[in-house]
Amino acid sequence: MRADRPVFVRYLMAPLFAAWVAVMVPGALHAAVEPGTAVPLVADPALEAEVLELSHKLRCLVCQNQSIAESNAPLAIDLRNQVREQLAAGKGKDDVLEYLVDRYGDFVLYEPPFKATTFLLWGGPALLLFGGAGWLAFRLRRRAREAAAEPHLTDAERARAGALLAGATPAAADQSSAEEPRS
Amino acid sequence: MIPELGHFALVMAFALALVQAVVPMVGAARNNPSMMAVARPAAQGQFFFIIFAYGCLTWAFITSDFSLQLAASNSHSDTPLMYKITGVWGNHEGSLLLWSLSLSLWTVAVTVFSRHLPEAFMARVIGVLGWVSLGFIAFMLVTSNPFDRLLPGAPEGRDLNPLLQDPGMIIHPPLLYMGYVGFSVAFAFAIAALLTGRLDAAWARWSRPWTTVAWVFLTAGIAVGSAWAYYELGWGGWWFWDPVENASFMPWLLGTALIHSLAVTEKRGAFRSWTVLLAIGAFSLSLLGTFLVRSGVITSVHAFATDPARGMFILALLVVVIGVSLLLYAWRAPKLTGGGSFGLVSRETTLLGNNVLFAVVSASVLMGTLYPLFLDALNLGKISVGPPYFEAVFVPLMTPVVVLMMFGPFLRWKDDDFGAAVRKLAPAAVASVVSGFGIALAIDHVTWRTVLGLTLAAWVVLASLQLLAGRLRERAGASVSSRLSMIPAAWWGMWLAHFGIGIFIIGVTMVGSIDSNLDLRMKDGDQTEFAGYTVRFRGVVDAPGPNYDASRATLEVSRDGKPIATLQPEKRVYRAMGMPMTEAALDIGVFRDVYVSLGEQLPEGDWIVSLHHKPFISWIWAGCIFMVLGGILAAADRRYRRLAERTAAAGALQQAT
Amino acid sequence: MKAKFLVPLALFLLLVGFLGFGLSLNPREVPSPLIDKPAPAFTLARLDQPAQTFALDEMRGQVWLLNVWASWCVACRQEHPVLVELARRGIVPIVGLNYKEVRGDGGLDARGMALDAETGLAIERARGWLRAHGDPYQLSVLDIDGRVGIDFGVYGVPETFLIDREGRIRYKHIGPVTPDNLQNVLIPKIEELKRAS
Repeated sequence: MRADRPVFVRYLMAPLFAAWVAVMVPGALHAAVEPGTAVPLVADPALEAEVLELSHKLRCLVCQNQSIAESNAPLAIDLRNQVREQLAAGKGKDDVLEYLVDRYGDFVLYEPPFKATTFLLWGGPALLLFGGAGWLAFRLRRRAREAAAEPHLTDAERARAGALLAGATPAAADQSSAEEPRS
Repeated sequence: MIPELGHFALVMAFALALVQAVVPMVGAARNNPSMMAVARPAAQGQFFFIIFAYGCLTWAFITSDFSLQLAASNSHSDTPLMYKITGVWGNHEGSLLLWSLSLSLWTVAVTVFSRHLPEAFMARVIGVLGWVSLGFIAFMLVTSNPFDRLLPGAPEGRDLNPLLQDPGMIIHPPLLYMGYVGFSVAFAFAIAALLTGRLDAAWARWSRPWTTVAWVFLTAGIAVGSAWAYYELGWGGWWFWDPVENASFMPWLLGTALIHSLAVTEKRGAFRSWTVLLAIGAFSLSLLGTFLVRSGVITSVHAFATDPARGMFILALLVVVIGVSLLLYAWRAPKLTGGGSFGLVSRETTLLGNNVLFAVVSASVLMGTLYPLFLDALNLGKISVGPPYFEAVFVPLMTPVVVLMMFGPFLRWKDDDFGAAVRKLAPAAVASVVSGFGIALAIDHVTWRTVLGLTLAAWVVLASLQLLAGRLRERAGASVSSRLSMIPAAWWGMWLAHFGIGIFIIGVTMVGSIDSNLDLRMKDGDQTEFAGYTVRFRGVVDAPGPNYDASRATLEVSRDGKPIATLQPEKRVYRAMGMPMTEAALDIGVFRDVYVSLGEQLPEGDWIVSLHHKPFISWIWAGCIFMVLGGILAAADRRYRRLAERTAAAGALQQAT
Repeated sequence: MKAKFLVPLALFLLLVGFLGFGLSLNPREVPSPLIDKPAPAFTLARLDQPAQTFALDEMRGQVWLLNVWASWCVACRQEHPVLVELARRGIVPIVGLNYKEVRGDGGLDARGMALDAETGLAIERARGWLRAHGDPYQLSVLDIDGRVGIDFGVYGVPETFLIDREGRIRYKHIGPVTPDNLQNVLIPKIEELKRAS
């Protein structure tokens, strides 16, 4: 299911993952070069790690479905530079996110904010889980009640039926199940 | 001429699909054996015509017939032969034909391997498959004809997308499609059983091997796709929670639930209406995935070029196929009560619990994938739902699945003693938590996620070993080898697949915790220290390929002065599209991959090189291989073959009387 | 037929409803959070007189359009005659925001180019383009690095903002303005803003 031409923006850009750093961080290009020792692209790896972490949470608006960390679209590069500039200036991560949301809306966040319209998104899995667990508990208890209220079966009969159902004598069980619908 | 023959064959296939869809169904309803007997030849004839059409399309690609629209847009005369052949499915129309081919292959397999089943049941199964096939062939003929001509023909093709010119892409789509489409068999069995009103242990037993084989294909397909993303995208990511990835993952989740639910229905006659619903659900999610990829309602990197007319058609198909099935379900399922009773603490309970969790996870992934669409449709704004959301939801929901998964096999069917089970597993549980913390401390990465992942992995591995040891202690008198051979293949399958989950979790957790990356500028002779290795850059040479130009770098990786590997990443530009591609080079190891990709050349002449150290990443796919092997063993269990012979004999007896 | 067994069908039909509706939506169009908010202030060099600057405040008291364009933008060429026609009719002043004229051009490698040289090239290219295709703008300003574009939430070129007398953004058009858009959407909104005072 992975195909077709116009939509490979991510893949087109991702391989050039590293290029932008060199292009856009002036210090990186002009660092002193010791002969024989490769120069890291970025002067401040700790800052860069933060930039990358935050960039992975931000959606590239012009791409199909990529974060600005993965994309090398011009806008993605610009936005990464904004992220770097602001983090370097000492702003907090939340401030940077707020800066981008003010301009591009919630759409830029891969982690949607919790608000009235996303209540179901964030609460949904928990609701489903509790709903499922509740249903399960209800079914199991009813089943246990029904099992308890089977007066017409003696213990011996029930054991025999259970053994049959469990396939203790598979040949017999197969024959019976293959020939008569049991419902 | 040949494309016209292909088109004709597709029309013939449509006609036969119509016959296959209608005649056997009517025959089954009227108990008319000669009408039911049409099912097999119609299905096999349809297969012939579809494979013929597929051959014609492939022929146009191989011979570079650029008067065929599809070949002109997806092939090139310089494309290597292998990628001419696989280029057939690297586009919307051709991949649909592959979809149909795969469905037809499954149908023929059913006609061959299920001869022992009652005639009316088989007629209905094949009839249902005929309806699905009819829908997809109509989809091609109406909106997406792969045999459309381009007049006048193009002098040269535009070439297959370079990303798809990769060995991984040769096998990924066929595997994935065999998986997706394979759930149609489980679906058809469920619908046939609903129609007959006969959802018993026999039905479950008939469906099980088919479902397992489809699951094996889907697992392998998803794994290959993610491995491809890992080495082809140039930065080592392997899962992105993209809508289209989710579209393959949701059927996998429900399919996994279905396999387990079928086991209970077969052995204990319980959960019958739930199992039917899962069979319908797994295939419905496959169809929904097709809709998402091809309609354009969702923005995804993997989406095909979109067209609202196609979207409408598939949506209509969804409504017919799923809507009718669910209606049938609502009508018949209320009669399906009963089944073997079981206590609160029993294997059934753990299986049902995990089933519910799998359903919850699938529903959550579905909701996350479609939520932006819901909000947009209600005009409540646009949002994005991405990896941070899915990870936040997925990990907590899957944790109890993994815990319960190892509990189940220790519990007896029907009823067991909770205290005894807990006492039996308590040492493994304690050891898991200790190793989880211990390893996290050892790798100096104590976060709740790392500790949780390692604890769960240890839990799976330790409990699996305990399970195996317990199994071997049975029949204490016999030799170890005879005791091993006494264990049925299905049990080994279960054990391996569960064990594989443990291996998988180790890979995911380790690579997510302590991978490292260094981006450098390098010129000939430069070296650097990275993750305990010394990497020396040995320059870049031109290395043109058949349809691309490339710069190939050579890097020597050594450790403590000992050479480890010579890696040659490339940067390619495919000539026809002018599209740049990075071919990463990997030194794959059991405990780590060293991954190198080549970036741009800087104006000063240096090259950008990206180094990645990925500890334990191959364990992700090793885990998947265990799961696949487990599935194969489970499907190959002798029980199913014995059953086939016995039922055939019973059928013969029935006919004789 | 018990009701609870109809639940899956009901959920499915609900889903189909959304999916069907989704077919008519454009997932690529992102609404701006700046609507009805004050337009972000900026001061940029003018294209006609690069020594002088233009500030957003200078348009206070007028209803006006801010059109984001660049000579490398193919869709701008499609939109341009519509803007020229609008300017000829004199309905509303249009200010052009020339967006990343040099570094936004995918066909150029602007790395390592000094800012002065880049600005010079941008002026030359932008003026040449306006000479060739007509100049509908009261004036254009140069957003060389695209920073003002980011403040306006620009994510593609062309984009057009409708700004009211108090300097608030009242409407954003994404993509090229067609004659149809102009007649049925933009002009009615402009007239409405002009009447309200």
